[in-house]
Amino acid sequence: MSEHHHKETFVTKYIFSQDHKMISKQFLITGIIMGVIGVLMSMLFRLQIAWPEHSFSIVEAFLGGHQTDGVMDPDMYLALVTIHGTIMVFFVLTAGLSGTFSNLLIPLQIGARDMASGFMNMISYWMFFISSIIMVISLFVEAGPASAGWTIYPPLSALPQAIPGSGMGMTLWLVSMAIFVASSLIGSLNYIVTILNLRTKGMKMTRLPLTMWAFFITAIIGVVSFPVLLSAALLLIFDRSFGTSFYLSDIFISGEVLHYQGGSPVLFEHLFWFLGHPEVYIVLLPALGITSEVIATNSRKPIFGYRAMIGSIMAIAFLSTIVWGHHMFISGMNPFLGSVFTFTTLLIAIPSAVKAFNYITTLWKGNLQMNPAMLFSIGLVSTFITGGLTGIVLGDSALDINVHDTYFVVAHFHLVMGVSAIYGMFAGVYHWFPKMYGKMMDKTLGYWHFWITAIAAYGVFFPMHFIGLAGLPRRYYTNTAFPLFDDLSDVNVVITLFALLGGIAQIIFLVNFFMSIFKGKDAVQNPWKSTTLEWTTPVERIHGNWPGKIPSVERWAYDYSKPGHDVDFVMQDVPLKEGEEES
Amino acid sequence: MLALFYIFIAVAIALGIWQVNKLTSFKRVTLTNDKNEKVSAISRADENPIATDKDNDIHGKLFLIFLIGFYVLMGYCLFFMNDMMLPESASVEGEHDDNLFLISFILIGIVQFATQGLLFFFSYKYRGINNRKALFYADSHKLETIWTTIPTIVLTGLIGYGLWTWNTVMDLSNAKDPLVIEVYAKQFQWEARYAGADNTLGRGNVRNIKGINTMGVDMTDVNSADDIPVRELHLPKGRKIVFKFRSQDVLHSAYMPHFRAQMNCVPGMVTEFGFTPKFTTEEMRVQEETVRKVDRINKVRKAKGEEAYTFDYLLLCNKICGASHYNMQMKIVVEEEAAFNSWLAQQKTIAEVVK
Repeated sequence: MSEHHHKETFVTKYIFSQDHKMISKQFLITGIIMGVIGVLMSMLFRLQIAWPEHSFSIVEAFLGGHQTDGVMDPDMYLALVTIHGTIMVFFVLTAGLSGTFSNLLIPLQIGARDMASGFMNMISYWMFFISSIIMVISLFVEAGPASAGWTIYPPLSALPQAIPGSGMGMTLWLVSMAIFVASSLIGSLNYIVTILNLRTKGMKMTRLPLTMWAFFITAIIGVVSFPVLLSAALLLIFDRSFGTSFYLSDIFISGEVLHYQGGSPVLFEHLFWFLGHPEVYIVLLPALGITSEVIATNSRKPIFGYRAMIGSIMAIAFLSTIVWGHHMFISGMNPFLGSVFTFTTLLIAIPSAVKAFNYITTLWKGNLQMNPAMLFSIGLVSTFITGGLTGIVLGDSALDINVHDTYFVVAHFHLVMGVSAIYGMFAGVYHWFPKMYGKMMDKTLGYWHFWITAIAAYGVFFPMHFIGLAGLPRRYYTNTAFPLFDDLSDVNVVITLFALLGGIAQIIFLVNFFMSIFKGKDAVQNPWKSTTLEWTTPVERIHGNWPGKIPSVERWAYDYSKPGHDVDFVMQDVPLKEGEEES
Repeated sequence: MLALFYIFIAVAIALGIWQVNKLTSFKRVTLTNDKNEKVSAISRADENPIATDKDNDIHGKLFLIFLIGFYVLMGYCLFFMNDMMLPESASVEGEHDDNLFLISFILIGIVQFATQGLLFFFSYKYRGINNRKALFYADSHKLETIWTTIPTIVLTGLIGYGLWTWNTVMDLSNAKDPLVIEVYAKQFQWEARYAGADNTLGRGNVRNIKGINTMGVDMTDVNSADDIPVRELHLPKGRKIVFKFRSQDVLHSAYMPHFRAQMNCVPGMVTEFGFTPKFTTEEMRVQEETVRKVDRINKVRKAKGEEAYTFDYLLLCNKICGASHYNMQMKIVVEEEAAFNSWLAQQKTIAEVVK
């Protein structure tokens, strides 16, 4: 392949590249930039929650024309919350995480020269790029960006009379997301086809590293559920612009009755959550896949229960598509449906518990190498358990009545999908940085980054459960309108302080990341003494991945500390010894 | 421009950390010079970018400390923030919720305590030492069967109890002589309508909204005339209330946390929820938990120079509905049946209001 490759210009190498490694870096950098915007927004609205209606010069500095006195107004607060959610869920944790590591690792770990379609892969990135640009532009339109919550429930999102953000800002949001969905679909199809068709000789499905299984199943969920979001968005565009009544009925606003008749917002909720819930696993499974790999390598032990892990990924994926109604227990849908969704939802706890126990057992009697990636993986297992357990409360329709849309929910999903997935992403970056840039990231800065982040994350989200149990609703511009919540204000100040700490800690990561690209120590071929195929490629990261023949695979991915071998890892391309059994 | 300044400062701090980090990696070494004398010099320690035994040791121990800190945080939140949480349910149906919640929370607590303990303790106990070989332990059907079966059994119980509770709370079909009240939501205000002497609400639609008929009650419906529109909810203690929710513009959610009650208000449809109030407002005010909470609240309010607060039940909006979402509330008063009846008798019917 490399011999009949065209001469590379700057443009084909760095911009319109079809090389999966370059595309993965493009996804990562774009994701990081969006992440900085998303996190910064959360800092700003946390200031407002802790010190309501105070004037902050930093608010004025960032929101400039919108809030000239440094006091955030309610519309801007809701806009920040909305865009923070959208950016973090879709742009950082879907495209930034899955896009980066699926692209980087799929060809490298299955032994392929590149993705099945390099061109489609490039298109996928550039559509993501365009959708990011549109989302960022929407921040600057006159009435402000979309502000109906990241779930954009109509009628609020459909009527500019209801909230100013539902004008131009919402239109741009919808356009951006439509393009995003297309990008995600193209990417996912490519991942699926590549994993099914381009595995090297000997790479049976049962020899795939768990990262590959996670990315593969994630791509399938994406293909199944993302189109539904697109149709939901299209129908909303129709209601907004062409006067149809898919979601709207019997509305009286700004002193007049609107013509809408016969639609229902509940329909939108069904369509939205048909993607929205699988989306949680689209975000989380890649992180768990990365963790499986990092924990096995750094424990110097095979991942415990490889087949059970695959089974639970599949079970989670299947169940994730039939639980969406647990977001709608009190939406007005028939209580009998609520019962069904309670049943399916609580079942997810079983495969999740299996995964958590398997990770813990993998650590047992290991020889743990505390690299930054490993710290983040252990952190992920911890937040995944803490956040997952409260799912048992929220998934139970009877209990959901009273905690629905309170801060309890905010704490739950931030831990289980937000923090966990971000930890997975960090673990991936620290672990595979040598494969991306041929350099090593600084270890000590990585340690600082992890410990400050870990403390801040629990400092923010653990107490948050309890203010939720006190009945505090989310998405309140200020809690001062209710004396009932006055005794929670101190807790909110503490949470904000931890949030600021956590935000600032990410600068350590940014500095480490960008400095290491240029000034990092040169990497060796297999720094973590790992068994998978990507570590058989040269440090130089050439086009086509391997200079000569693609290695063939002789064993599974987890022969760490296998008895009968002198070294504590045996790479996948090493043939079985005579009489040696494959695990 | 100020934003750039803040970013500049933040980056400067990070660069500072980077440099200090580099500086600390210098160390004093003893070298031998040309004349074979030992001299002391400062040299850049060649830091290994991969974790060493020393790193494993440090971070293994840090995980143990982190675990202890985490246990302290869990304990603090459980025991000291306990008072901040909602008091005992003020509705009869909510008792089931409270029971289920308690059971779930104890289970969660045990699992959380145990698994976090194992996770971080193993991280500490098995921190890497170079010459140790890890145990090759790839599979155990016995273990996996155990930890698939146990959660399944426990969850079966939880699901069963949960579904029973849900059906009990949501089933309004066999409520005897319930009091029917319509709760009506709009940006950013609640209104309510009692069904009146016939205990049947007259039809409503936004197309009937006109002047003082703000809820769009259909005045041609025979059931409408005796309906009673109000701006403050009064509920009789001990009688089942059936709420019918409507919204005139966007989604709202009627949240009455003390009664463990919540239901969305959806434009174009009527949703419902029911409960039986258990304590009057007066009874709730003198409850120990409430007294402690109110004292704490008033301490905060006093410090801010705000007037003292007395406990009241509330209906608040819990579905994002626009700019003043945060301040969409209605007071609820629970009183004895007799007091309630005399209050209701003083209210004007909609026929009297809308002439």
